Amino acid sequence: MPSVTQEEAKSPPPAAARRSPGWFARVMDHDLTASFLASRVTVLAALVTLALAVLALFAPLIAPYNPFDPAQVFLIDSLNPPRWLPAGDARFLLGTDDQGRDLFSAILYGLRVSLIIGVLGVLMAAAIGITLGLVAGYVGGRVDAVIMRIADVQLTFPAILIALLVDGVVHALLKGASREDTAFGVLVFSIGLSFWVQYARTIRGSTLVEKNKDYIQAARLVGLSPIVIMARHVLPNVIGPVLVILTINLGLAVITEATLSFLGVGLPPTQPSLGTLIRIGNDYLFSGEWWIVAFPGLTLAALVLAVNLLGDWLRDALNPKLR
Amino acid sequence: MLAFIIRRLVQSIGVLLAVAFIAFAMFRFVGDPVNQIVSIEASAEERAQIRESLGLNDPFVVQFARYVGRAATLDFGISYQFRQPVTKLLGERMPATLELALVSAVFALVVGIPMGVYTALRRDSWLAKLFQAVSLVGVSLPTFLIGILLIYVFAVTLGWLPSFGRGEVVRLGDWWTTGFLTTSGLRALILPSITLGLFQMTLIMRLVRAEMLEVLRTDYIKFARARGLTRRAINFGHALKNTLVPVITITGLQLGSIIAFAIITETVFQWPGMGVLFLQAVQNVDIPIMAAYLLLIAFLFVVINLAVDLLYAVVDPRLKVTVRAA
Repeated sequence: MPSVTQEEAKSPPPAAARRSPGWFARVMDHDLTASFLASRVTVLAALVTLALAVLALFAPLIAPYNPFDPAQVFLIDSLNPPRWLPAGDARFLLGTDDQGRDLFSAILYGLRVSLIIGVLGVLMAAAIGITLGLVAGYVGGRVDAVIMRIADVQLTFPAILIALLVDGVVHALLKGASREDTAFGVLVFSIGLSFWVQYARTIRGSTLVEKNKDYIQAARLVGLSPIVIMARHVLPNVIGPVLVILTINLGLAVITEATLSFLGVGLPPTQPSLGTLIRIGNDYLFSGEWWIVAFPGLTLAALVLAVNLLGDWLRDALNPKLR
Repeated sequence: MLAFIIRRLVQSIGVLLAVAFIAFAMFRFVGDPVNQIVSIEASAEERAQIRESLGLNDPFVVQFARYVGRAATLDFGISYQFRQPVTKLLGERMPATLELALVSAVFALVVGIPMGVYTALRRDSWLAKLFQAVSLVGVSLPTFLIGILLIYVFAVTLGWLPSFGRGEVVRLGDWWTTGFLTTSGLRALILPSITLGLFQMTLIMRLVRAEMLEVLRTDYIKFARARGLTRRAINFGHALKNTLVPVITITGLQLGSIIAFAIITETVFQWPGMGVLFLQAVQNVDIPIMAAYLLLIAFLFVVINLAVDLLYAVVDPRLKVTVRAA
């Protein structure tokens, strides 16, 4: 592809290239890089994702106000429209919410919460799914049957329903603890338990193939324990496809968290995620304060769309059938 | 064929029993059922007595069997919040959810199939590209955001359609209420069913497009062209007909998740259905309602799944041969 050769010519990996190629050269040379740069939409999606991630990561530094500091929030500032509207206040770029919090700052902090929960939830789902998939595939027999039947039953329910159920049950079990202390962990847990099936199925499939290869037989002959074989020998060879599922599921996890918070069983208004902000804003839609729901909504939509586009691209780029 | 049906039936019952087990475990171990019934001042003896009379001291298996037996006769116990039988509560709200789900599914099919056909036949036209872009956005936008957007545009700004409730409903028979027979009922259905059906619509559109592209490449379509059939006869008589089998399957399977996703749509539009009831149950830890709803969704899914499988075997004769392998 011409655009890529140009790209390489423009920025030759300095010095290192003459000896063994450095990491930069290897990255630039890779098929993935070529297909990435060939798709403008994907580059844009990656930039948007990166920008949102940076905003979320450095929220405390970028945000003009700390929406959780009572000393900086005044009720008298509540329901201010965005700055560019006639009634807007110059101090608040995107206006304020019902409690007088600066909406721009609240969105940055909310984005941070949404992203962290999404990432942790997806990682937890992957950890559960990979472990169960490895065990099911490697051990086989009755263990395999039980794990895969559980997966089948779970697949009959939409993830959002599972997440709602887990959320309800865990909060019931944790009776006494206030919602504010537990909401974060419970959300990660619900997302983890809702999305593990896909990882388990994928990993089990490739483990079944890998298990009968010679190097595994050799490891067994040497007398390594099954756990060591699974973790050190099988896992590195079956983990590849997980990256794609992770990316695709991240968008879903963010949506799930936002939905739970919107429904009022996720994060409380004192530590709002994007979903909580939209829930708050929804109450003011009829009285004309559209900005409280619009800007968090736009941020959420941009985040999910960008992550989904990246996931789609990664899936196609790594699919050997489409190369 | 008979063996196939029996095996599927046994599998379905297995799934239902597994879900019933989860529902029962929630029922039994999340919070003490006795505490939900007696007052706080009840003495230890009174508690023990109620415990005995409820059969909570029986072996686990016996209790589970009793729970399944009751569930089979549609007895799911008494709601903690409302102090009313769960069956009655769910029954009252079921018509609202089922009507909404039905209209959403019809909307998804009626709009999704033509869009899919169009994007497959005129792949490079700007309208097809627009449809593709819209479908991507439809997949990425959370349901509640679409609902809020529609409410803001069509209810708040334009004031054309109602933003909440079912409108006027007509009572049919003992327990079924319908919104199909009044103007306000029909108008109230429009926004919620678009919100609920949009995701399925984009799914169907993408599916029809992919299937059409595949079928149009096959030899019998080339042969039909060579025979000089009209474009219309080829596209709709030959190609579309063959893409519809998987579409019907997927739509059937999606019906279960439409009903589950109705939880979100019902909340946005304050629709008096089962989803809102379930959400209240989750918020207030009303385990009997949660358990019953879980079983209901599982039952619907299993029935739909079974029906689709059987229909498939009837529609596609090739499957009869390979059924043993499946």
